[in-house]
Amino acid sequence: MLIFDLFKMAIRSLIANTMRTFLTALGMIIGVASVISMISIGEGARQQTLSTIAKFGTNIITIKPGKKKTRHVSSDNVNTLVLEDAEAINTHIPLITGVAAQVYRSAQIKYGNKNTNTTVRGTGIKYLEIANFTLYQGRYFSSQEVRSIRRVAILGSTVVKNLFGDITPIGKEIKIDGSNYLIIGSTIPKGALSWFDPDDQIFIPVTTAQKRLFGVNNIQSIDIQAEKIEDLEIIKERVESLLRIRHGIRKTEESDFHVQNSSQWLNSWGDAAKTFTYLLGGIAGISLLVGGIGIMNIMLVSITERTKEIGIRIAIGAKKSEIMQQFLIESVLISFIGGGIGIMIGIVISRTVSKIGGWDTIVSNQSIMIAFGFSVGVGIFFGYYPARKAANLNPIDALRYE
Amino acid sequence: MIKTNNLSKTYRLGKVSVHAMIDVSICIQGGEFVAVMGPSGSGKSTLMNLLGCLDQPSSGSYHLENFDIKNLNQNQLAEVRNKRIGFVFQNFNLLPRASALENVELPLLYGRVKNSQILALKALERVGLAKRSKHRPNELSGGERQRVAIARAIVNKPAIVLADEPTGNLDTSTGNEIMSIFSSLNSEGTTIILVTHERAIASFARRTIEMKDGYIYKDKINSEIAV
Repeated sequence: MLIFDLFKMAIRSLIANTMRTFLTALGMIIGVASVISMISIGEGARQQTLSTIAKFGTNIITIKPGKKKTRHVSSDNVNTLVLEDAEAINTHIPLITGVAAQVYRSAQIKYGNKNTNTTVRGTGIKYLEIANFTLYQGRYFSSQEVRSIRRVAILGSTVVKNLFGDITPIGKEIKIDGSNYLIIGSTIPKGALSWFDPDDQIFIPVTTAQKRLFGVNNIQSIDIQAEKIEDLEIIKERVESLLRIRHGIRKTEESDFHVQNSSQWLNSWGDAAKTFTYLLGGIAGISLLVGGIGIMNIMLVSITERTKEIGIRIAIGAKKSEIMQQFLIESVLISFIGGGIGIMIGIVISRTVSKIGGWDTIVSNQSIMIAFGFSVGVGIFFGYYPARKAANLNPIDALRYE
Repeated sequence: MIKTNNLSKTYRLGKVSVHAMIDVSICIQGGEFVAVMGPSGSGKSTLMNLLGCLDQPSSGSYHLENFDIKNLNQNQLAEVRNKRIGFVFQNFNLLPRASALENVELPLLYGRVKNSQILALKALERVGLAKRSKHRPNELSGGERQRVAIARAIVNKPAIVLADEPTGNLDTSTGNEIMSIFSSLNSEGTTIILVTHERAIASFARRTIEMKDGYIYKDKINSEIAV
């Protein structure tokens, strides 16, 4: 018997019991729909978390000064990082796209009769790019302006709102701790996190901050951006050895700085979210299993009902394999139809959730393929035993069955 | 064509062995028309099942067209049932959801024969039912159903047709119509083996084998043949 005829027969017998077919498929529909929607909700939550974190840059290594230890006696000196360290990293370390030394403090800002308290960050020309800020208006300061210690400032959007309202701030002058600074640019808001608002800051050249504003020689942190996330580890090692040499630290001594890798933090967050997705998917998978058992149940009933038909088929020359294929095709068709409808309903559910709940959901092609593959697999797995039972029927008993 | 040697079948029911058929040795030539008679429990259905390759003997040998059935595997037996043997049953055994044509077509599909619809329609014509090819079994009379079943049995042009009480569920005149179809098939060269317990039906055959308690106790050529 050709596979086409087997399909025709299977479809006919499914149509003959439309209600039963539908109810059996319903188990698969619910199973697949819940797998698709649960995974999409979990994926959405994960992506949302990751993109929130990614706003701060994902391929960043941060160096902070640490305590200098001499003969097991800790000194309180944490001013171990200097601007030259950042310059050395920039010239000697490969695989990086930018370095930004930073010195920051809270300061009083005044414009006309309005004033506000905000973070003033003295930094280099690469900072915006590294920290994922985008210019909204004006320009960023140049290396020329850094070298000549100019009093220029770029404002975060929260500062613009507090001091200027709707007025364009470019070209205006503000007072930081009493001295005038020319505003040359503003940034697009990144959106606040619950614990802090990245838009509530002012960026000025690092040299200006050190010499004119804070009166310090050290820097508080160096951000290094890697070209690729995979390179983070090797960059980290090289930066460590470079700074140890520069700071004259002996092999037995601990470093007087800390190197942190932002992707480690991101990864652990991502893993937690992934576990959440798997958990949701796993719970939904149970309903897929229940749907599969439903198929097996109905196939067993159907085979008992059709014992005589099976006997007739064997008597007129059906091979065991052909009987088996006929019933396997039926169960796979049920799960296939159920899977198809389930995917559509799953997509509708996840769209509804994101519309009503305001929660991003992501229906990935991968999850569709997995759910579909699973449903067909369930059809084969739970159809196999009934189909084999049918194929192994004794034709004489089957023919006598009433 | 058919040659059995000391063919026996023993069923086990728990601890008790039931000898359904004991040492049956028969030889049936191609083109014969044989009736197998006997009271119920005499082993005639068992003989039919063994001859039809639906069952395996407990002992003895069965050669069908010079092939020892013992040496054939499951798939080869299925092919023998499909191509060499046609079955006709007392209760017709048609697929209820399939039309007459589709029922007749089924052995052709299992045998992967091309032009199955045309051949199936020809077989229906042969039994005079071409007009009812689209009807389902429940829309046909008993005699018509049995004719569909005969069409199904002969559609693959088998050497042997095995009929197990084909007239058992039919009235006498319809039964005679069915028997005349068998007679004409036989006259075209098809070997026919028929189980019945009616003398009148058996008289259509040229040879009668009578069974009792699993043995053959009479095997004779009919002197008078019904037409």
